[in-house]
Parts: sequence; C-alpha cells; structure tokens
Amino acid sequence: MPSRVTMTVNGKTVSREVEERTLLVTFLRDHLGLTGTHVGCDTSQCGACVVHIDGRSVKACTALAVQVEGCSVTTIEGLAAADGTLHPMQAAFREHHGLQCGFCTPGMVMSAVDLVRETPDLTEQEVRNALDGNICRCTGYHNIVKAVLAGAEAMKAEPSRIAAE
Amino acid sequence: MANPNGIGASVRRLEDQRFLTGRGRYTDDFKRPDMTHAVHVRSPYAHALVKGIDATEALAAPGVVAVLTGADMEADKVGSLPCGWQIHSKDGSPMKEPGHFPLARGRVRYVGDAVAVVIAETREQARDAAELVMVDYEELPAVASSTRAVEGAAALVHDDAPGNVCFDWHLGDKAAVDAAFARAEHVARIDLVNNRLVPNAMEPRAALGEYDASNGEYTLTTTSQNPHVIRLLMGAFVLGIPEHKLRVVAPDVGGGFGSKIFHYGEEAVVTWAARKIGRPVKWTADRSESFLTDAHGRDHVSHAEMAMDKDGRFLALRVSTLANLGAYLSTFAPSIPTYLYATLLAGQYKTPAIYAEVKAVFTNTAPVDAYRGAGRPEACYLIERLVDIAAGVAGLDRTEIRRRNFVPAEAMPYQTPVALQYDTGDFAKNLDIALPLVDYDGFAARKAASRATGKLRGIGFATYIEACGIAPSNVAGALGARAGLYESAEVRFHPTGSVTVFTGSHSHGQGHETTFAQLVAERFGVPIENVEIVHGDTAKIPFGMGTYGSRSLAVGGSALVKAMDKVERKARKIAAHMLEAAESDIEVKEGRFTVAGTDKSLGIGDIALQAYVPHNFPLDELEPGLDEQAFYDPKNFTYPNGCHVCEVEIDPDTGVTKVVAFAAVDDFGRIINPLVVEGQVHGGLVQGIGQALYENCVYDESGQLLTGSYMDYCMPRAEDVPSFTVRTHEDQPCTHNPLGVKGCGEAGTIGASAAVMNAVVDALSAYGVTHLDMPATPEKVWRVIQAARPAPALAAE
Ligand code: FES
Ligand code: FES
Repeated sequence: MPSRVTMTVNGKTVSREVEERTLLVTFLRDHLGLTGTHVGCDTSQCGACVVHIDGRSVKACTALAVQVEGCSVTTIEGLAAADGTLHPMQAAFREHHGLQCGFCTPGMVMSAVDLVRETPDLTEQEVRNALDGNICRCTGYHNIVKAVLAGAEAMKAEPSRIAAE
Repeated sequence: MANPNGIGASVRRLEDQRFLTGRGRYTDDFKRPDMTHAVHVRSPYAHALVKGIDATEALAAPGVVAVLTGADMEADKVGSLPCGWQIHSKDGSPMKEPGHFPLARGRVRYVGDAVAVVIAETREQARDAAELVMVDYEELPAVASSTRAVEGAAALVHDDAPGNVCFDWHLGDKAAVDAAFARAEHVARIDLVNNRLVPNAMEPRAALGEYDASNGEYTLTTTSQNPHVIRLLMGAFVLGIPEHKLRVVAPDVGGGFGSKIFHYGEEAVVTWAARKIGRPVKWTADRSESFLTDAHGRDHVSHAEMAMDKDGRFLALRVSTLANLGAYLSTFAPSIPTYLYATLLAGQYKTPAIYAEVKAVFTNTAPVDAYRGAGRPEACYLIERLVDIAAGVAGLDRTEIRRRNFVPAEAMPYQTPVALQYDTGDFAKNLDIALPLVDYDGFAARKAASRATGKLRGIGFATYIEACGIAPSNVAGALGARAGLYESAEVRFHPTGSVTVFTGSHSHGQGHETTFAQLVAERFGVPIENVEIVHGDTAKIPFGMGTYGSRSLAVGGSALVKAMDKVERKARKIAAHMLEAAESDIEVKEGRFTVAGTDKSLGIGDIALQAYVPHNFPLDELEPGLDEQAFYDPKNFTYPNGCHVCEVEIDPDTGVTKVVAFAAVDDFGRIINPLVVEGQVHGGLVQGIGQALYENCVYDESGQLLTGSYMDYCMPRAEDVPSFTVRTHEDQPCTHNPLGVKGCGEAGTIGASAAVMNAVVDALSAYGVTHLDMPATPEKVWRVIQAARPAPALAAE
C-alpha cells in the first residue's frame, strides 16, 4: 500500500508516494537521490546511515519514512553552509584526517555533531564511548577522536552551531 | 621544502571535500534510466546437490523481470571464474583447480553459494521474489574446517581433489634444517591457529552492469581495487567480451583491505544479465551477504619449531601449516599461504636454515584469499610468538633474543634462506626508538601498580618485516603468477599548465588524489590544486594492476615518476628550441627550465602552452603535445619493517583485556605525506588488534556461518582501542625505486596481532600460560585464569 509522506529535508519540503515499508534511508537515497547517507549493515549497528531528525541523530535504517512524517531531517548534504563552507565538524575531520574511504564518514560526522550539541565538553574517553554506534574500518578511530574533540572546540566558538538546526 | 604541497608535507586531502559533504560516488549511488535490481538466491546448505529450480511463482511476482540460473549461463557458454596464481605441489603436480561458476551448476559448496538471480523493477520486489524461488536441494555431508578436511573420512568438496587437498607445497632446505635441529642446544615449539577473519570493508560489495546495443559495449561499475584486472579476468575468461568492448569502472570505493581485489561472480552475473534483459542491472550486497560471500582471510593451523644454540642464536626454523582455501579458489588465493607467507618466515632474523610445508585444502566455507597483510601477518604472528617462547626456553629477555638474532643493518642487502633479498632496514634502531616510547624501563613498576589493584599487566613486542611493492613481474611469474605486476601512469599537461594524471593504481581510502598530486607538485612546481588524479576507469587509464600489497606508491608512484621523467625530457627539448639553446645547456629545477649561466628561462606552464601551439616547431625533430605514458615494473619487492610494542591490562575477574598503550615504529622508506601514512598505520593497528582480541569467523560443523552479522562478529569500536604513538624514520630508503618508498598500507595489521598476543601471554604468564590462540576474548582469558587458579606467582605474594 503506497502512502504519501511529507517532511522537510535539508530545509526543503518534500512529498512522495512510498510503500509503507520504505525505510527512511531508502527514501533519502533512492527517492530523493541523497546518496550521502550510506548503508553499511542490516542490523542497525554500523552507523553509516545516521541523519538528524529534528536535530537528534537517528540511524536512518531503523526508521520508516512514514514515521518521520512532518519532521525536519538533516542529512550530510545539508550540513555545510549554503555557500559550501564546511560545518566546523566537517572541517575538523578534514584537518585531522578523520576519514579515509569516506564511507562511514557521513554517519560519523552527523553522530559527532549531535554528540557535541548534547555534551559540548568532552574527554577523549567520552568521545570513544559515545561513538560506539559507529563503525569505521579504515581509520582506527585515532584521528576521528581527534577530529571530534577539535570539532567540539570549533563548534563552541560558533554558538549558533550548538543550537539544533 | 620548496613546494609547501610537495614531498614530505602533511597536505590535507583533496578528496575529502566530496566525502565530507555526501558527494562521494560509490557504486550503489549510481542510478540509470530503466535500471533493474538483482537479488541472488543463495544456498542455505554448506554442501548439496541442486536437483531442480522452480521459478514459476517468482516469475509471477510483482515487478519481476527475469530469474536466471547456472543453466542459463552454461547455455550462454559463460566460463569459470579464473584463478590468477598457480602453485605446484612438492611432487611437481599442479594445484587442483576446480570450476567456480558465478551461478552454481548442479552442486553448491558453501552457505551463500549463488544458485539463481532474480531481477526485478525494485530491490524490494527482487528480494520478495527471491523467497519464492523453489530450489530442490539434496543435502550432502559437509566439511567446515581444515583439520577435518584432511581426515580420511571427510566429505569431498570437489570429487577431483582427493583428500580435499588443493596443493601440498614446500619451500626451503629440509636437509639443512634437519641437520641444524640435530645439533641444537635448545628447541622452542608452538602450535597455533591464525584465526579466520571477515574483511568487512564498510561499503558492501556492489556491481552495476550495462549493455549498449548500439555499439555492443558493456560497462561494469563495481566495488573493485583493480578494475583492469576485473576487465581482463571477466572479459577474457568468463564472459568472452573483448577488452575494447568492455569498460570497468571502480568509482569511489568504501574500503577494500584485499576483499575487493578479486573477481566475484556477481560482477559477471550483472554484466551478462544486462545484455540478456536489455536493461541495466544493479546488485548491492547487504551486510549479511557480505559476511557469507566476501572472500575471508587467514585461517591457518600451524606447528613451528626453532632450533637454537646455547646462546639463543637461531639455527633453523621448521614450519608446517594447514591453510583453508574455502570451497573454491578465489583470484589470488593460492599465493597467500605460499609466496606471501613462507617467504617471510625469516622475519628480521638471520636464521640460516628454514623449511616450510604448506598443505592447502578445500572446505565447505566461503573462499579465503588476501586480507590486509595477506600471508605476512600469518608469518609475523608465527615467528614473533615463537620467538617469545624461544626467549623463555633460552632464558633470555624478549628484547635481547631479538637483538641477538636481528639481521644487522650492515648485512644489507641480505639474502634470506626463503627466496627474498632484503634491500635495507635497521631493525635494532626500530627497537631502540620504540622502547622509550612505551617507557619500557618503567614497565616493572606499572606491572606492580596493576597488581596492587588486582590487575595483570603485560607487554609484548613484534618486530616485523613484509614484502611489499608487489611485484617484480619476472619473479612473480617464476613463482606462478599468471599476470605481470607492473603499474602504469600517464601525465598529461594541458595547454594552460594544469595537469591530469592517469594512474592504474586505485584509491579506496589511501588518498592517492593527494599524495600522487604532491609528487607532481614537487617535481614541476605546479600548484597542487591544478593537478587532478584520475583512477578507477578502464576507459580513461592506459592499463593498471590496481591496489594491494602496499604497492600504490612503490609501483604506481614509481610509474608516475617515470612518466614525469619523460615529460621533463620532452619539455627540455621544447625549452631548448624556444630559448635557442642546446638541450644539454638546459638546467631543470622544479619545473623551471633555464639556460645554464643565463637568466633565460621558461616555466613548465609556458612550455605546456608552446607544446600545444607549436607555430614554429621543427616538426621533424619535435612533436607537439606534452602527454607521456610509462609502465614501471619493480626490480625487487620493497621491505617495510618495524617494531610494534603493546601494553595490556587484564582484569582477571572478567577476563577483559584492555590495550593501555601501543607504540609503532615503522620504516617505510621515504614518506610523501606523514598525515596519510600515520592514518594508514592507525587503521592497520586496529585491524590487527581486532584479530587479536575481538574478531573471529566461526562456522559450525555443518558449515553454517555462526558469525554472520555485527551482532556475532565483533568489530573493534572506538571504545575498544587506545590512541597510538606512531613514529617513522626515513634513513633506510628503498634502494631500487626512484622515490625510495617502501609502502605503508599493511604494516599496522602485520605487527599488531603478534604484539598484542605477546602482551596478553606475558600478562597471563603468572598462571603458567605460554600460549593462547586469538582472539583473546574475555571468556577465553577468564577460562584460562580459572583453570590455573590459584596462580602460583600471585599466590606466593
Ligand atoms: S546501516 Fe544503519 S546502522 Fe548500519
Ligand atoms: S573511513 Fe572508511 S570506514 Fe571509516
């Protein structure tokens, strides 16, 4: 049974007919063409699919598109400023080489942004514990942790970044 | 440094912008008009006859376009997936090479073996319909482990491989080894298992096949580390498509670690099916499918013995290994437990005699092939565990026994007794740098402090060497490789001075778009942002053998240097003409061409423009254009080496092992981008730590995969590992490639597992433990402790 679902994605209202079983991640990737959100597993454990729903990080493979009706979704494509300026967390990942193949990266960055909004002051161990829902096979996490700590500092310097989108 | 983005600079990666903004383009991101979706029907049995396939119901399901089987492929004369390396057994007979078809023909040999493919309008429809394909299986007895496979009564995976043996191979001088053992003062022995692993690149494999009926051209977009190799293997051996009609594209690829080197059946299925149904066909694995069907890694069972004199000097090493190849030969499977393993058994030591036997067997499990390190971690783990045991037997400190046996830097180049010739390396220096990094002198105090809180502390070393920069084609060919292992590069200067580099090497995380551009920026003084690195497309790149074996820079980078040499030679000719000087009077520095002793000079940008606007060229001496191509075939392997030190703390009440410190000192030769190199080390270390403490691929006796998801297969996560101390030194550059580079992609994985396990065993030595097989899970460690309680050393205090 197709259903109509309407939501705001990266600031734009979108409305589509979808099968009810359509996952949010499928909706974003296949229906909207927002392929920055990735799928790395089928058991909701890798975090490659993390997006923000009303400012909170959510694994887009665990939500149905119809459950997100009326919500505001931000994906990795919507994180940088309209003029292309990277979000401080994106910039920190680049500066600290927090990515290699880039596949886990969108989910890592989205998780990290929400983490810092929740807890602006973080220790290395807290970052490590908080990222336990995101698997990276390339970086060994060393530079991801560095990037998140640096990104947190940079976000604090721009208070508007701490407020939810 | 002349160029801020040249060699040695930690240039921030140019490719990151697209990855960070969600604009990377991975195979599953591609959509084509009229595209269909493929889902495979896979065997739930480890071993069975396929007596019939009934697709009636599936074909009637919504959206289904086709259901195709092995019989359809056979009718179209689709061939077997070829193996790229041939090994000969001790008796001279060639290895057994059974057919390996993209869709099984009459018999399935592991859980996940594909029997049919369902193609539908959407992925969901294909998945639903795949459930409706009725396959009539007759289950056969299965054999799921290498040790069971060689038992007399074991089921046969292939009727034409008696005893399930693919090959029974050896290397080294048996007589010399036997003689050395006869006069040995001490002998150290070990039995160990190198656990089976699932590579788990975060991007699951995917393939998109297209066929253009207007010109007969096929395009395969695939998650590959080496698109030209796929084109060659699939085109020539499987589908019979000539290379000029087959384009293979490997776009952004989300990690490989070896598992995306090989030609997989799904690639052939979508390419073949695209023509059959006249529409593009895309297949994307879900993670469960990746666990079942990606080629796995390691899976060795070994016995090793080291003969020593009275001072703990190594006299001879004897190794016997049983290697599991899985159900079929994956592309490079036979080379991994042989020439990438036994040839490294000298390690960093001057052991004068070595003899290794390797029996490789078929089992009803997924194929096993290269996984990051590929053979070399198996060798390092075996040697370094054995050397720790040898230290105990000889009564020496574990650093002392290593120092005593290192090949000294002065002995380079050093011919090992197992075929390789190391060019450079200073192993004692690596150790000297490493020890203070972990405050080795303070270890006893830290151990005591841990004990005061009821914890066990251990420290472990691994001094590794690997053969990388794969490979000199003549050597590889003599050892059974069915391909050359050179690399190509093309450097194209455009009229306005920007540069496109085409490389046959492939980046799936390694950062070629930055490091290769640094080489060009350094050589010609061009701004790095004016250099574009193109890789991963057979339609654009002359040829390529791809990325594996830490070969990108050592072989691909060297090809780039060779092409730049040619560009420079041509540019010099143009400069001489323009400046009205003799070619021999032109001096070249960072892209400036100057007439010696004058201020007359031209930059490479001016020369490039002239090359394409040759209004007054003497055309019989000077061709227009500035675009050169080169192939580089290495003269030798490269030999990255280093010393890894790990410190662990174990909670005896829970068995949990925590890595509290890890230092890696590596000699990678010359370093182009330190930031990228360190990142490679970090990632490798965590894969090595993962093997030692967390990861284990387990099949039950019937061949069912028990660890088929992230719920059962424990991937290391951020909280499981520490931050690392990483050092490199550059005073032992490679002597035989123009960059002096050795390669850094696999080193972390090669050293780490051994360093961790040596630390774990050291911590548990109070309980009389001398060996523990990986992974040292809390349960395993706890059981060992329980079995030994009360620990003599602890009880005595
Ligand atoms: S794809 Fe959502 S957690 Fe893995
Ligand atoms: S960068 Fe490749 S998985 Fe994280």
